[in-house]
Amino acid sequence: MGTRKGMEVSIGIAEAAMMANVDVIPAYPITPQTHIVEHLAELVADGHLDAEFVPVESEHSAMSAACGSMAAGARTFTATASQGLALMHEILFIASGMRLPIVMAVANRALSAPISIWNDHGDVMAERDTGWLQVFVENGQEAYDHVLWCHRVAEDHDVLLPIMLNFDGFILSHVVEPIEVWSPEEVKQFLPDYVPPYRLDVDNPWTFGAVGIPDIYAETRMAHNEALTDSQKVMEKAWNELSEVVGRKYHAVESYKTDDADIVFLIMGSVAETCMTACDQLREAGKKAGVVRIRMWRPFPFAEIAKELGGRKVVVAVDRALSTGGCGGPMASEVKGALYHLDKRPQVIEFIAGLGGRDITIGDFMDMYDKGVAVASGGALPRYELLGVRA
Amino acid sequence: MSSLPGWKALPPGCPVQEPLSAHKNHTGSWRSERPLWNHDHCVKCGVCDMFCPEACIKANAEGFYLANLDYCKGCGICMMECPTQCISMKQEEE
Repeated sequence: MGTRKGMEVSIGIAEAAMMANVDVIPAYPITPQTHIVEHLAELVADGHLDAEFVPVESEHSAMSAACGSMAAGARTFTATASQGLALMHEILFIASGMRLPIVMAVANRALSAPISIWNDHGDVMAERDTGWLQVFVENGQEAYDHVLWCHRVAEDHDVLLPIMLNFDGFILSHVVEPIEVWSPEEVKQFLPDYVPPYRLDVDNPWTFGAVGIPDIYAETRMAHNEALTDSQKVMEKAWNELSEVVGRKYHAVESYKTDDADIVFLIMGSVAETCMTACDQLREAGKKAGVVRIRMWRPFPFAEIAKELGGRKVVVAVDRALSTGGCGGPMASEVKGALYHLDKRPQVIEFIAGLGGRDITIGDFMDMYDKGVAVASGGALPRYELLGVRA
Repeated sequence: MSSLPGWKALPPGCPVQEPLSAHKNHTGSWRSERPLWNHDHCVKCGVCDMFCPEACIKANAEGFYLANLDYCKGCGICMMECPTQCISMKQEEE
């Protein structure tokens, strides 16, 4: 049984990386991820973690060094946010294409311009198609557990893909929460050592990242896509085993009070917790609200979305990013795409909320619920709405 | 049937263990012009060899230079750099 401690979520993520006994940490500090790499640098400097901390000159270099260390067979962890993630962009495809199981925590933050250090999901949505596994967590405990879970999943030989652990900047990264830390025995039971199938080795040389001529490139993409899609099986297995070790059970998509709900909210990230509180208050007022939260974003949970939302009348999708000039919210767009093939599909009301750190309050969810009721009662379905924007 | 591997046969990330396997890719098929040497004017200086970006120009047993047409892409740099102008480019279809 682990010990319950009050700690900042960023510190919790760094401590979890230490428990995973990572070998290499190439990292560049950026708000709001800074405390993770600062704490890891301290843990290495103070001798608590036997790892190589590489203080690189940019995020582009951080991801490049992570590719190198992972190709050498070393368990590699890094973290970034926003502009830092954007600067990694071209190397993210190389990490996933070379099937290097890097674990990266992303403290989700808005992109410039204008400069914003505050939370939304614009940064990770711009990296949606980089071929990485991507999951979202809602609180400090989930963040801590999922660092260990991410290494377990990414390094599985049926997966061998890098993974982004998305957690909301400031809302989680700078908040002190009670976190149950794992004992070394629990970690040992859950997370085996990383054994690379092949690695950079002068005695047994391999070439990584060679040219893929037109005769082979499409086959590599097919293999990558199949492995990424199939990784859900390994994810489910790892979530099951995590629950056996520490007693917390996670799912690709999680629902709250949806059984008899007439309006269902759909959301990702920490604001789901505010949404569930709003749901409780709506229920107290006799209104049948429910919440569906997407944890597993890549691979996309098609079966779970069809099961949870297929038979609904109205779904209120709350995105934390905007596809400018496009369909609106990236989450809602994909969910609608997944629902399109079903015989019975709900009307999806789209809101884009909390851009650049704007608070999303319980009252906002009450308003969104009322707009959902209006559509359910035959009102016009708006295209999408940027919530709370002043005229 | 294609002799190329299907997607299931590829190792994850497509690492390559066979040294010099890129030699199997005969990039000379891209060529539209080929270099021709007039060895009567060649002084065997090797400038064509040094400048060839494919490193596919080598001296024969008598010390005269020739391109390996499996890899020569017909860029014409050897022709431009030859101090005695003994190299000319000829259209492939001629």
